[in-house]
Amino acid sequence: MAINLTINGQAVAAEAGDTILTAARRAGVYIPTLCYHSDLMPDGVCRVCSVEVKGQRTLCAACCYPVAEGMEVLTHSPRVRESRRMIVELMLANHPQECLTCSRNSKCELQALAREFGIQEVHFKGERKMADVDTSSLSVFRNPEKCILCNRCVRTCEDIQSVAALHASKRGWDTTIVPGMGDELASVVCVNCGQCINRCPTGALTANDPSSKVWDAIHDSTKHVVVQTAPAVRAAIGEEFGMPAGSRVTGKMVTALKMMGFDRVMDTDFTADLTIMEEGSELIQRVTEGGVLPQLTSCSPGWIKFIEYYYPELLPHLSTCKSPQQMFGALAKTYYAEKTGIDPKDIISVSIMPCTAKKFECDRPEMTDSGYKDVDYVLTTREAAQMMREAGIDLPNLPESEYDDPLGMSTGAAVIFGNTGGVMEAALRTAYAIITGTELDNVNIEAVRGMEGVREATVMVGELPVKAAVAHGLANARQVLEGIKNGRFKDYHFIEIMCCPGGCIGGGGQPQPTSEEIRKARIKAIYDEDEAMTLRKSHTNPAVQKLYEEFLGKPLSHKSHELLHTDYTPRDRKTVKAVKVKVES
Amino acid sequence: MCSESCGCSSDIVGIIEKYDSDKRNLIPLLHELQDELGYISPEVMETIAEKLGTTVGQVHGVATFYTLFYTKPRGKNIVRMCNSTACHIEGGRKIREAVSAALGIAPGETTQDGGFTLEVVSCMGLCGVAPAIMVNDDVYGNLTPEMVPNILGKYREAS
Amino acid sequence: MAFYRAHILVDTGTPAVLKGAMGMKSALVDEIKKRGLDKEIKVVETGDLGLHGVGLALIVYPEGVIYANITAQDVPEIVEEHLLKGRQVKRLVYTGPSSAVVDGAAKPRSREMRVILEHIGVIDPTSIDEYIAHGGYEAIAKALTQMTPEDVVAEVKASQLKGRGGAGFPTGLKWEFTAKADGENKAVVCNADEGEPGNFKDRLIMEGDPHQIIEGMIIAGYAVGAHEGYIYIRGEYHQSVSHTEKAIADAREAGLLGKDILGSGFDFDITIFKGAGAYICGEETALLESLEGRRGESRMKPPFPPTSGLMAAPTVINNVETLASVPRIIDRGADWYAGIGTEKSKGTKIFSPCGDVLYPGVYEVPFGVTLRDIIYNMAGGIKGGKRFKACLMGGPSGVLVGEDALDRRLCAEDLAPGAGALIVLDEDKCIVDLMQNCAEFFHHESCGQCVPCREGTKRILEVLNWWTTGAGSEDDLRLLEALGETMSLTSKCGLGQFAAVAFKSSLPLFRDEYLAHVKDKVCPAGVCAMDKVLEEVK
Repeated sequence: MAINLTINGQAVAAEAGDTILTAARRAGVYIPTLCYHSDLMPDGVCRVCSVEVKGQRTLCAACCYPVAEGMEVLTHSPRVRESRRMIVELMLANHPQECLTCSRNSKCELQALAREFGIQEVHFKGERKMADVDTSSLSVFRNPEKCILCNRCVRTCEDIQSVAALHASKRGWDTTIVPGMGDELASVVCVNCGQCINRCPTGALTANDPSSKVWDAIHDSTKHVVVQTAPAVRAAIGEEFGMPAGSRVTGKMVTALKMMGFDRVMDTDFTADLTIMEEGSELIQRVTEGGVLPQLTSCSPGWIKFIEYYYPELLPHLSTCKSPQQMFGALAKTYYAEKTGIDPKDIISVSIMPCTAKKFECDRPEMTDSGYKDVDYVLTTREAAQMMREAGIDLPNLPESEYDDPLGMSTGAAVIFGNTGGVMEAALRTAYAIITGTELDNVNIEAVRGMEGVREATVMVGELPVKAAVAHGLANARQVLEGIKNGRFKDYHFIEIMCCPGGCIGGGGQPQPTSEEIRKARIKAIYDEDEAMTLRKSHTNPAVQKLYEEFLGKPLSHKSHELLHTDYTPRDRKTVKAVKVKVES
Repeated sequence: MCSESCGCSSDIVGIIEKYDSDKRNLIPLLHELQDELGYISPEVMETIAEKLGTTVGQVHGVATFYTLFYTKPRGKNIVRMCNSTACHIEGGRKIREAVSAALGIAPGETTQDGGFTLEVVSCMGLCGVAPAIMVNDDVYGNLTPEMVPNILGKYREAS
Repeated sequence: MAFYRAHILVDTGTPAVLKGAMGMKSALVDEIKKRGLDKEIKVVETGDLGLHGVGLALIVYPEGVIYANITAQDVPEIVEEHLLKGRQVKRLVYTGPSSAVVDGAAKPRSREMRVILEHIGVIDPTSIDEYIAHGGYEAIAKALTQMTPEDVVAEVKASQLKGRGGAGFPTGLKWEFTAKADGENKAVVCNADEGEPGNFKDRLIMEGDPHQIIEGMIIAGYAVGAHEGYIYIRGEYHQSVSHTEKAIADAREAGLLGKDILGSGFDFDITIFKGAGAYICGEETALLESLEGRRGESRMKPPFPPTSGLMAAPTVINNVETLASVPRIIDRGADWYAGIGTEKSKGTKIFSPCGDVLYPGVYEVPFGVTLRDIIYNMAGGIKGGKRFKACLMGGPSGVLVGEDALDRRLCAEDLAPGAGALIVLDEDKCIVDLMQNCAEFFHHESCGQCVPCREGTKRILEVLNWWTTGAGSEDDLRLLEALGETMSLTSKCGLGQFAAVAFKSSLPLFRDEYLAHVKDKVCPAGVCAMDKVLEEVK
């Protein structure tokens, strides 16, 4: 039954369970917010969304105040405007006044509010909290001075990822958001996913940015710099240049990277197709030879660190395949080096990823199978866009180019790696062909698509019912892992798990802000990209076929194992260290 | 016995189990552990987190929120000086200055010999006998600065 | 119960103990034994008698004679003269204004009316037998045997009892919401986290008569359909905890707590929860967070506790004084209770005048007495014959009133009394200095969750620090006024909403005093250091 209220005199029909904010937004009435985030349970702590509700002694926080029949709401009365200004001024008084040199300049939500409310002077001239910047993590840097205590990161890490690396410590004016017991981030359990960065409204949480080193490499004439771009990047980087979410800019992005001076612009999608060949073969082998099932996907490094910390006993379920990024890295300094005759020591391998955990992954000690560090630098989508801006590149208006060979060609199956359910769908397309010897008529496997946190499907592959599940976001992954432990997924074959909500398109390195709407738009772009490809099944990728012919032999060959597979490291949550004993695959 | 990482001899795990290893009982649990150990060390917080199935950050967040919990070792005697409005208008500041002078430390500090930790608290509900201080669980009210050295002296001798 | 011809009540309340109350008590016991009177005279340790500023005190019943300012050396004389020879030791008899403890035997000279404090100083708080002998637990017997839960709610509603923690929400209504709310595991929580400076009435009730709180809670549980109760006592109140613990154990032993209370089939039990030093936990939703083992950060409201409280179950949260009023209401009837007080404030209220009054303590009066009545007729007026300047009503989160409020009536229709603290200032005190102290309090106690309170309490303190040292400017005055308004309007909970109320109320009353500080850099009362001014001169 509809609940009738008025907002600024305009009649609004709300639904049970609506807050003033959700009802107002649906009715097209704007209310400013700050600690509110559509992905998170409201906390009602910043009070920026305060509105006047007739009959109430105080103003009410619209983000958490439930609607009621006959309610009369004013969103911009004089009292409301004065209070909001005062609240933002209070925050600014305790915030470094260094917007010009802040990485969030012009993309900061606090700054935007200050502009919106017309604040031109901070009247409070007192103490400002001081703190050291924490740069211990390979992925996430913390600057507590810029923290406004909105708790978005805390809620993100706890509710979406079930990791809870960050907490409020002390109280009152002294309250600080800290890892563990006020430790450095690198010394607590953190999976490096960067979801906290994506939801931080200010510059308090940022990624570890290697772009100056990448510029140095590009400018060093003795270095040959190759770059790979992950599937999800092409569906999001346009947002950094003012394009709407879901803009597909693959060809423009390739042009931009070439303009920046990368020597070869190639594609992680190529190794995504390769992953399907290896991982699909591994699955078939496990099914036919009685290996550990269900097999779990292994391309999301935040997820890998999560299972290493929380469920080391389930590591044998993980596919031994490296992630597409690391497969690319290993091939760049072997196969590619051989083919081009470039000394691998002179090759700098850069990747552009939607992900901050990739920065950790490329630094794992085992990721040196080429004899060198397989991937030297990982740039997030945001950082790559920033480098493009520095290079004076106007991405939306660029002509399109093709990826370079030999690691540039890909299929539609690879591009859908970028969203939740994509790896599963790509694997099923190829598994169908391998198992049945015939090709699928309709490659769109709708059963594994969607946004639900955990999805389960039984897909007929010929006569064989393949039981599959898909989870995204680590709190959902945790449910699945508990299910594996208690036997609920006993007869399942294959489970795809992605660390971030929506999969890689919602990764911690993607353009800010993030929301379900934005993620859905990016996913649509990914599926559109897949539809537009002539080749849509990994095993039909001629460049992959050629790689096997020229270099690897066949899937799961000795050389494949050497370069494309890995093993995992149980981690101790108490000491946050890798445990010596490795679980053999 | 305590978890292996801690090395102390107290039955920390036993105490935690007495509270059903239930997260809801974190505050009474911290009270009892602190009574036993004097303060809540990082190692103890880790043991609690492990037993209660929560994160050490959550335990730390609670332990640092409440002023009666200590995450660092403190002196043998805790001197709490009341800063309530009633104590304030009855000359509380002079009492605080006298205590600080007698112990040679500022609020929040512990004497070098570990004899005393000095704190300022918001109100102890002793407004009827303002100004007041508490030494450990003992209350002293209707104070004048001249009374302070004698009161503290008793505890200095005892320890 | 053994029969004694006389009872001596020794004040062993927290403040009394370290003034030597225990030594005096054992001297008394020894002396009585020495004189062979130990079969006739019983010495009873009682909680805080509410007599402050009079040294050690004891009361001899049945006469109700109060001896004050006594030492162990006075004990033989009292025993010899009063107990043996029946002659009062005139030089030690307390002749000050009556206080909470003065029983009917000593004629009240004021308009005090003891309902909740009736047993304080009369019975041994650690003896359930004495509570029962004085009519205790009759109300629960009546409720369980003669009334339905609906009857109990109706009775409390009819009494028009309102919450005594400061907010004044109608108790019966709160109970009705909880009774009607859907949900398992309903709970009754007694808010005994008394932390507002100037308030110590709840401590006195817990130390002096804990059983009536327990009885009130059982009645509340029966009324709303709850089977578990919690008393959240602030961690600093050691004796409150020990007396309440003992009372719960005794009540359990007597079949008044636990399964099938008095054979009625109703189950109810109580757990004591010790706070850990956070004033914010007096805010009911912060208290619930704390009870659930978390940081005491207030919750979003709605939902309110009667719908979703402890572990999301419907929960009644009442202040100590509120719950302690309940047994009398059930016992004597709502009509009787509603006959006391004023139109909008029914019943009695405990006030705790302190600061610059001659006899700080607790005084229970019907609503509607004047501020002057309490300060001058009960608390003995201003110390040293000085002039009254101002009174902070309820503590730092209350309003400041000046001389013209002395004849106002303490009730909802005139001067709202808050939780009952009356912090009185004489003419020598400085209002700016007072506000600086209040600012320190809120800065220290803000939970830090919401922006207006966390940042606002900090800025108020900074500005007041400047003013009391001679720094700061007139612009700050306007800024703080606006800040105070925003904090009241937008803070997430009562702490922030009321943190600037005292300051705002003081401005129109004492604007000249503020201007003297910020413009002329002078503290008229000579209290503030103004040392920054000196620095500037140098």
